[in-house]
Amino acid sequence: MRYWPEVTLHVVTGKGGTGKTTVAAALAIALATDGHRTILIEVEGRQGIAQLFDTPPLPYEERKIAVAPGGGEVWALAVDAEDALLDYLEMFYKLRRAGSALRKMGAVDFATTIAPGLRDVLLTGKACEVVKRKEKKQANAYDYVILDAPPTGRITRFLNVNGEVSGLAKVGPIKSHADSVMNVIASKQTAIHLVTLLEEMPVQETLDGARELEGASLPLGGIFVNMTRPPQLNAQQRELAIAGQLPKTEIESDISQSGLTPTAQLVDALLTEASDHAERVDLEVTELERLTERGLPIFVLPLLPGGIDLGGLYELAAIMSDSDIGGAR
Amino acid sequence: MTLDIDAILTNPDKHIIVCTGSGGVGKTTTAAALGVRAAELGRNVCVLTIDPARRLAQAMGLTELDNTPRPVAGISNGSLSAMMLDMKRTFDEVVESHSDPERAQKILSNPFYQVLSSSFAGTQEYMAMEKLGQLRADASQWDLIIVDTPPSRNALDFLDAPARLGSFLDGRLIRIITAPARGAGRGIGRLAALGFGIFTNVLSKLLGAQVLADVGNFVADIDTTFGGFRERADATYALLKDSGTEFIVVATAERDALREAAFFVERLNQDCMPLGGLILNRVQEVPETGLTHDQVLAAAQKLTAEGSGPLTAALLELHAERMEIKQRQKHLAVRFTAAHPTVSVQPVPIMPHDVHDLAGLREIGAALANQKITW
Repeated sequence: MRYWPEVTLHVVTGKGGTGKTTVAAALAIALATDGHRTILIEVEGRQGIAQLFDTPPLPYEERKIAVAPGGGEVWALAVDAEDALLDYLEMFYKLRRAGSALRKMGAVDFATTIAPGLRDVLLTGKACEVVKRKEKKQANAYDYVILDAPPTGRITRFLNVNGEVSGLAKVGPIKSHADSVMNVIASKQTAIHLVTLLEEMPVQETLDGARELEGASLPLGGIFVNMTRPPQLNAQQRELAIAGQLPKTEIESDISQSGLTPTAQLVDALLTEASDHAERVDLEVTELERLTERGLPIFVLPLLPGGIDLGGLYELAAIMSDSDIGGAR
Repeated sequence: MTLDIDAILTNPDKHIIVCTGSGGVGKTTTAAALGVRAAELGRNVCVLTIDPARRLAQAMGLTELDNTPRPVAGISNGSLSAMMLDMKRTFDEVVESHSDPERAQKILSNPFYQVLSSSFAGTQEYMAMEKLGQLRADASQWDLIIVDTPPSRNALDFLDAPARLGSFLDGRLIRIITAPARGAGRGIGRLAALGFGIFTNVLSKLLGAQVLADVGNFVADIDTTFGGFRERADATYALLKDSGTEFIVVATAERDALREAAFFVERLNQDCMPLGGLILNRVQEVPETGLTHDQVLAAAQKLTAEGSGPLTAALLELHAERMEIKQRQKHLAVRFTAAHPTVSVQPVPIMPHDVHDLAGLREIGAALANQKITW
């Protein structure tokens, strides 16, 4: 049984520094595996996708940026609020030409600045437009849309566009636009994923964020625990390591057998690192338990010692595929 | 070149330290640790944090977000106060102190003001600067203010957002939509006037006429009492260029964080702002054993292949993994230094535990000042 069979829009959020863009990109590859077509959308103007995939900055245009195992395709789009507003003006008022004149005056920027809710509804609206396009069976349709969303601290406000535009026009196209966005975001076809590290602060922020999203009746997906280091010691060994009671003589003789010289330097280094590692792992175990209490599916991704590059993304995507994300539907 | 943090903290001519960097690199923790250390070196310190995690606030004994500096107990030598910025309250106070009660009430209840003071892009940065200016003006209480910067999309926002917001609020467009008839008649030319006609028309359609009316009322009310937003932003910006200020850029040894740090360093240089140095958080320390990564890994693999000494094999693998992480981090740090040779860098080792109390902050403070760190 694969996860989230009904979901087409995957929203990825997380505290700064947890690797939310990396996880979103790996998810886009995992979901594209076995012949699907996915699109990764960014909305913060950071060009994080381009940096990750090592391509030139993305324009406001859908571009193919990678292939996935089994013949899938990953596309990408950097949504810009100004461009989205011009799209919108064109769609509802046929104002494309006047729109570019307005832009030159700085008026488009002005409009999205004066009403932050307008900016958000335009950005989420673009993502939802791509989601819905699928149903119309157009050429450029996607099986899955992955949104690299703003960080956990702002995610509920960002997605809860109905609340956002409530101070704006009560009737008219913006209101109905927001309603149609909400119809997608608050539905079964959306899942909001939270990215975290196994440290106290990000875990707390994740739990707070999950509660907020739930309070706003927004659909939660999974928790992605990023950059974990595999525990090298079991619970009993960790206890001994912290107490400084690992069997030193045995370790020395093992080192000799391994072909190295058991110098005091090496043995001390190994014992210090073992205690350090044990303390860290114990903390991670506690934090993981706190996350587990939330009852959401949890996916653990390793820290790649070589750092994140294109190869690293495929490695993370393969782990997701093996954890029953994406693939056949 | 290493960074001598204690020399900065004890320099009596330094009155403001700004900690900046991209999100998630440990800025707030660094600011708090610097505060504790400076206070225990004899300074009277106020730490202004923007959005501290609950545990960190508790570590400093802060229990509520009340926008006022609170003394931190348990500090010897100097003194430490800490506060969390409440941007809305700060904005409200600015309005109240610059207008009579009746007008202040009118502004505070204006729906546009409520959006502006609570969820506007740039307001947090603007109010952080405003608060910094206020604290600095109260020089009798503190001789060193350490400020953490908001978790912006990018680190430069802290420098740019206040001026951008100031220009916006003082700008031509906001004045024109608030008085379209007057604006269209004067000076801006017929063609542009035509454009503005479409503009206000479109805005009304998008936002509703009420929003524009609220903006208009706000501008009219604020105009007579408040003076220029831009001017205020510029005044605090000047404070940042003062020789009494020092910027500390915080990053981790990761590509993205160092890229942000590089942008910021370049910007400070360009604007002639005083840069103390770069703090590289969460670096992997590895004790020197005289062995290479490959030797250690090969030894671990030999044990595993022979099925003997699983514990030792695990320890060797752990050691090899840490060597690899350190190698990559050093590579990134060396590249940063190659591009920015004048920036002093202080590596701070990753701690096996999180910060819960003053002792934890002290420990980080000591690591920040440790000139002999072997990395």
